[in-house]
Amino acid sequence: MHSNTSDLLHLVPADFPSAWNRQIEPTLINHEQVIAWLETDLDHQLHFSPGLIVITTRRILARIAGDEHWQAWHYQPNMKLAYQDHAGICSIELSDTSARLARWYCTLSKQQAADQLIIHFIRLIDALDTQAALPAKGMAEQASSNQNTAGNDDSSEAAYAHHDQEATSTPPSTWTLFRLWRFARPYKWQLFTGFMLMLGSTAAALVPPYLTMPLMDNVLIPYQNGHPINVDLVIFYLSGLLGAAIVAWILGWARTYVLARISERIGADLRTTTYEHLLKLSQAYFGGKRTGDLMARIGAETDRINLFLSLNLLDFATDVLMIVLTVIILVSIDPWLALITLLPLPIIAWLIHLVRDRLRVGFEKTNRVWAEVNNVLADTLPGIRVVKAFAQEVREIERFRAVNQRNVEINDRVNKVWALFTPTVTLLTECGLLVVWIFGIWQVSQDHITVGVLTAFLAYIGRFYLRLDSMSRIVSATQKAAAGTKRIFDILDHVSSVPEPVKPVHLPAIKGHIELRNVGFRYGTRRVIQNFNFAIEPGEMIGLVGHSGSGKSTLINLICRFYDVTEGAILIDGIDIRSLPIADYRKHIGLVLQEPFLFFGTIAENIAYGKPDASRKEIITAARAAHAHEFILRLPYGYDSLVGERGQALSGGERQRISIARALLIDPHILILDEATSSVDTQTEQEIQGALDNLVSGRTTLAIAHRLSTLQEANRLIVLDHGKIVETGNHAELMACQGHYYHLYQSQSRSPDNEESSVEPGNLSDIRGNRV
Amino acid sequence: MKLSEYKLERNAFGRVVAIGKDQIYESVIPVRAFPITAADEGVALVDGHGHEVAWIDNLVELQESERTLIEEELASREFMPEIKRIDKVSSFATPSTWQIQTNRGETSLILKGEEDIRRLSLATLLITDSHGIHFLIRDRLILDHHSNRLLDRFL
Ligand SMILES: Nc1ncnc2c1ncn2[C@@H]1O[C@H](COP(=O)(O)OP(=O)(O)OP(=O)(O)O)[C@@H](O)[C@H]1O
Ligand SMILES: [Mg+2]
Repeated sequence: MHSNTSDLLHLVPADFPSAWNRQIEPTLINHEQVIAWLETDLDHQLHFSPGLIVITTRRILARIAGDEHWQAWHYQPNMKLAYQDHAGICSIELSDTSARLARWYCTLSKQQAADQLIIHFIRLIDALDTQAALPAKGMAEQASSNQNTAGNDDSSEAAYAHHDQEATSTPPSTWTLFRLWRFARPYKWQLFTGFMLMLGSTAAALVPPYLTMPLMDNVLIPYQNGHPINVDLVIFYLSGLLGAAIVAWILGWARTYVLARISERIGADLRTTTYEHLLKLSQAYFGGKRTGDLMARIGAETDRINLFLSLNLLDFATDVLMIVLTVIILVSIDPWLALITLLPLPIIAWLIHLVRDRLRVGFEKTNRVWAEVNNVLADTLPGIRVVKAFAQEVREIERFRAVNQRNVEINDRVNKVWALFTPTVTLLTECGLLVVWIFGIWQVSQDHITVGVLTAFLAYIGRFYLRLDSMSRIVSATQKAAAGTKRIFDILDHVSSVPEPVKPVHLPAIKGHIELRNVGFRYGTRRVIQNFNFAIEPGEMIGLVGHSGSGKSTLINLICRFYDVTEGAILIDGIDIRSLPIADYRKHIGLVLQEPFLFFGTIAENIAYGKPDASRKEIITAARAAHAHEFILRLPYGYDSLVGERGQALSGGERQRISIARALLIDPHILILDEATSSVDTQTEQEIQGALDNLVSGRTTLAIAHRLSTLQEANRLIVLDHGKIVETGNHAELMACQGHYYHLYQSQSRSPDNEESSVEPGNLSDIRGNRV
Repeated sequence: MKLSEYKLERNAFGRVVAIGKDQIYESVIPVRAFPITAADEGVALVDGHGHEVAWIDNLVELQESERTLIEEELASREFMPEIKRIDKVSSFATPSTWQIQTNRGETSLILKGEEDIRRLSLATLLITDSHGIHFLIRDRLILDHHSNRLLDRFL
């Protein structure tokens, strides 16, 4: 046995899962080598349980939970291993020419390993067919290294998902507030100044009660005992009082001003940073978030944090300082009395602790509900035409009322806790005052303290309890701010799923050669594009054809890098687009979307969106090329007419032409037209097409159109079906081979009326455009 | 097409006629491309159907006679009074009636809501009154102090 182990080390790669090592070793026969494997995680009934599929030099072995023994199939020519996935479950089927031999399942997390397994299997079978020798070792190494990378990817994704989950399930801790320090750091010296001012003003505010003590003992009490009033002493004490008040006033003013200034800046930085970060996140992030929620976060919640910093936190710090200083003074005057005075403090602290947790959860809920209210608004208002068209106003009002009602309910619940809290604190402080009176009078009667000391004490604790009261109020503000901070940092912590390259490669000029290599893509678990391989030469015009939902727009999203491919790579001039700086890369692309979007501003500004410093001449040239010039001149203010929200309403076709002009103005090397002319009539389309033909020359162009006649000029047409390429070739070739394209074309030319009517739904695309 | 290929004339009906080498356009209308931001740059002559007949990059490059003709024509069609001074506003809440001095004389306008004041650029404002007439404030900064103070309440 022992002599065998060195052999076995050869047979099983080092990174083979150790749990399976013992079980696989006895099964291997005659120097059979393990090449690739797949750890499955589902059994035949789709319950979670571990299993293993192994590809060796001779056989395919499998052992799924519940199997007593390894099942094995020797390789035969024409054996097939096929992969399918649906709704997050992959199935792998082994079949020969006559029947299915086996089927295994795993979750999508194993998908990359499964692909590897199949690639190796195919190579082995091919090799079997050609009777070639197997470069087994090299392949095994490659397999394992591939598996390694796949594994790494998985763990990082998993870690990320975990992070997300964690973030949503725990209520925000007050400690989140300390994360704001990142924004405060630039102002630390000003903050320090503010703090010193605060210390000064608080200390000054504590002087007057202190002076009541000698005023009482040295002036008033002696007078009662028959001594005349010492006017000099009175003047001295009273001017002390006045002076302290004035100093406190000046310092207090400076403190509030300095700190409020800083907090305003911190708030602005916070808002801008969040917005900046948000805009750099990928399309996928925006797909998953609702506009209203994001708006609430950046708008209302940064404001709340700001308010907290400028008012509540300031008050809180003053309160704490005041309390600490008061305690010091009280103890220095009379420790026993001080002890009695401070009696309610621990009780209040305990109360705060009790209430805080409930409030925290409650406030986070209110924030979420508030975002929900915003969401309803952000949903309905841009889609108002649909709402009115289907006469659903009442329903939308109901929906709004419902979330608003929830808002009220949740706030009610929070307020219930809250309402009880403040009066309780007040009651406690009143009781405290009572105790001090009782103890104080007793002490005075025993001649332990003077009347002056008692008066000073009462003056101090008046302030002291007032502070406690206001401090308890801050609990709610703190919790609100903590909840807001957490939601802001949710955005800031999110890493774009389309990351900027670590070591960017700079392309000064691009030729426009695009290559898609083995590209696969899925939205979540849904596979939309698979196994895409094709190359576009510089200057070529490619038409993408396929039925609705076949993945054309998705392909364009990938080429523009709105999403990153899940498999394979997209290369531009031979360089992976993931290694180019994103903004640099997109500058080379002129994109006209299926749903044109105009910003609020003049038409000229909208056309010049991608090149804000464009001259008027350039703008007009671009508009002419897009056949927008004449209709623009017909508007009351020409190129100065306002469009977009609240602006001049434009038809769907007019908007499309403006967005074509926008794309043409930046003079891109790559022009992408996603249904760019779907909302204009056939004649205008032909005119635009004519203009485009001039502009297209020399540029790599990708055009999508449902109206196939639009694409006849294309050098090559790529016909998609369910995310796969089914045919390529130019119009004539594809017509000749009578396949997919031929049928599509036939069905269109047979019913030209249908074609024409597709001009009408300009309104539909209007609405879609609004909703982007 | 450049204007130099046409000869412009006013016919007996007072319409502008563009006479080209092989075509005559009865009643062409000059249209400014950027009436607010660059009034003299880019003027198109369009025919009755709104199709562009000729394009003028800048009015200054025209001959005297043609320029006057076009400017006359533009002036007869353009109505966008420029506000020179705001004398009085009836209230700071909308709707509000403003007594104003414009380059076309003294008048009043009714502002329906703050959103009818549009910022075209930092200093240029376009105000739409309740009848849809546009009033222009070309440069806020050169308005007098009194007008600016009134205006400021609505921005
Ligand atoms: N953000 C997304 N999340 C999930 N699935 C999506 C997303 N966008 C598109 N899909 C799905 O991907 C598939 C391909 O969509 P795509 O937009 O690429 O189709 P298309 O070929 O452009 O269709 P059309 O001609 O109607 O524009 C569709 O089934 C669609 O439902
Ligand atoms: Mg599409």
